[in-house]
Amino acid sequence: MRTMTPPSPDGATSPADGGGKRSVTAEWQLALPLALAFASIFLAPLLMLVGVSFFNDDKISQPGFGQWAKFLGDPFSYKVIADTMLLGVKTVGATILIGYPLALVYLDASPRVQKVLIFVIVMPLLLSVVVRTFAWIVVLGREGVVNTVLMQLGIISEPLRLLQTELGLVISLTQIEMPLMLLPLISVMSRLDPNLRDASAALGASRWRTLFTVIVPLSMPGLVAGCLLVFASSTTAFISQSVIGGVRLIYLPLLIWQQSLVVFNWPFAAVVSIALLISVLTVVSALSWLGRRSGGYVHG
Amino acid sequence: MGRRRSLGDISYGVVIWTLATIALFIIVAPVVIVLTTSFTEGRSLKFPPTGFSLQWYEALFDPSKSRQIHRAVSNSLEVAAWSTGFGVLLGSMAALGIARNRHRLARVADGFFLSPLVLPGLTFGLASLMYFTLIGFRPSLNLIIAGHMIVTVPFILRTTSASLSQLDPALNDSSQSLGASWFYTLRRVTLPLIAPGIFAGAFLAFMASIDNVPVSLFLSTARTDMLPIRMWGMMESTLDPRIAAVSGVLITAAFLLMLVMEWTVGLTRRMRD
Repeated sequence: MRTMTPPSPDGATSPADGGGKRSVTAEWQLALPLALAFASIFLAPLLMLVGVSFFNDDKISQPGFGQWAKFLGDPFSYKVIADTMLLGVKTVGATILIGYPLALVYLDASPRVQKVLIFVIVMPLLLSVVVRTFAWIVVLGREGVVNTVLMQLGIISEPLRLLQTELGLVISLTQIEMPLMLLPLISVMSRLDPNLRDASAALGASRWRTLFTVIVPLSMPGLVAGCLLVFASSTTAFISQSVIGGVRLIYLPLLIWQQSLVVFNWPFAAVVSIALLISVLTVVSALSWLGRRSGGYVHG
Repeated sequence: MGRRRSLGDISYGVVIWTLATIALFIIVAPVVIVLTTSFTEGRSLKFPPTGFSLQWYEALFDPSKSRQIHRAVSNSLEVAAWSTGFGVLLGSMAALGIARNRHRLARVADGFFLSPLVLPGLTFGLASLMYFTLIGFRPSLNLIIAGHMIVTVPFILRTTSASLSQLDPALNDSSQSLGASWFYTLRRVTLPLIAPGIFAGAFLAFMASIDNVPVSLFLSTARTDMLPIRMWGMMESTLDPRIAAVSGVLITAAFLLMLVMEWTVGLTRRMRD
């Protein structure tokens, strides 16, 4: 039967009659169901989003560039974009500042300590972002841990206002996004040849010098990957931004939510979410370009 | 010179250890604090908690008082189960189809399937709300399942493709040259070898669905409430102390899950490699 019918879709042919080649051509068809799903519930919605952004009114009846003109002509939009990107940059900076040293400590630790450390680092990933956000409300609130401790130590007499400030939001996001920085860092750093550090020390370099001239350049791929993930995640962290930042700190995700689900101005919400997409992807591709360059520099 | 070096080494040790300690503290402390506060006797969530009681857990597990939360939990579990199921089916099929294909089109398709990982979730969430509404669907769990499938299937595709790329092609060839059909080879050779990869991806996808905010935010309604959105509501206006109990349950669940994953598949080892 096999020899009588043309190649069947399941590629049930033996290599003897050239089936090796034919089974490969049949194999790609296995991706068709997913491709169909992606075309109908991923690509089509995104195209519709772009389409909706070119309507002037919230009834979506008059086509035009009105919403884009409104968004691009308003200085407030640029402030929100800049604030959102800055929030990402600050969070990335803070996660590097304390996350990188933790990765270094991990590198020097004994296998047993490493096991415990990785457990502690990974566990927050299994914990809902909402729970991690809620934890910071308990920590930073008026009657929260920070205020209680500082007041009992007599350092402050009035509770500090930490919620609904950018500082509080950056501190919270630092913890919430930390695993995304640490995991790629640790995975790259564990593959470093320990002899390189010993060689650097034997040649008389101080530990600081070894860090900045040997370890940091070699761990660059992990560092860049971590920065990418933390940046993309913190700039779009709607729940953390809205709960800890409050309604007075406006970032792009909050603006999208307000415009779409509170004001019901879908065309404008579409414009803002395209702005979010473009600004996040621009920074992310710039970072990954830098990462590829630094990778080339290290290995070249 | 030796003296200068040792001074530098001391400052290195002090700075690195201080920052690393801060990092560890900042990772662990909030989780411990939430867990302790959830046992408070008081009516508000302050730290240190006053007294010890299980009142918020009792309120949480009471079927009549916390009906909305229970419904949100069962919705979340249902959506995660279905979206992971469809994801495993479509995702592993796609991986089998194109992971080992060097053709340019296959690479493009692979990138396309992985793109929900880099695309801001809110953009897709809003897009799917507009799309489903404008083509006339009424809000339902099915739509949320579809949306979750899209944003979680990349995890399955990635881990399955990684297992496939480690597979020795000679296994496939020898199975087929011994007369086994393509499907028989898939069932008896390929699938058993890539099963750990599919399983790891399914686990990540399930967790990502349970935790998903951006898609659920736009697609869920009061009737199709999802747990993260419900919890967000519980802390938005007035802080509902039951959320501490919900958090306590989720922290315990995450901890147990970590232990189970460690024992069964060696999760931390996989994460490091």
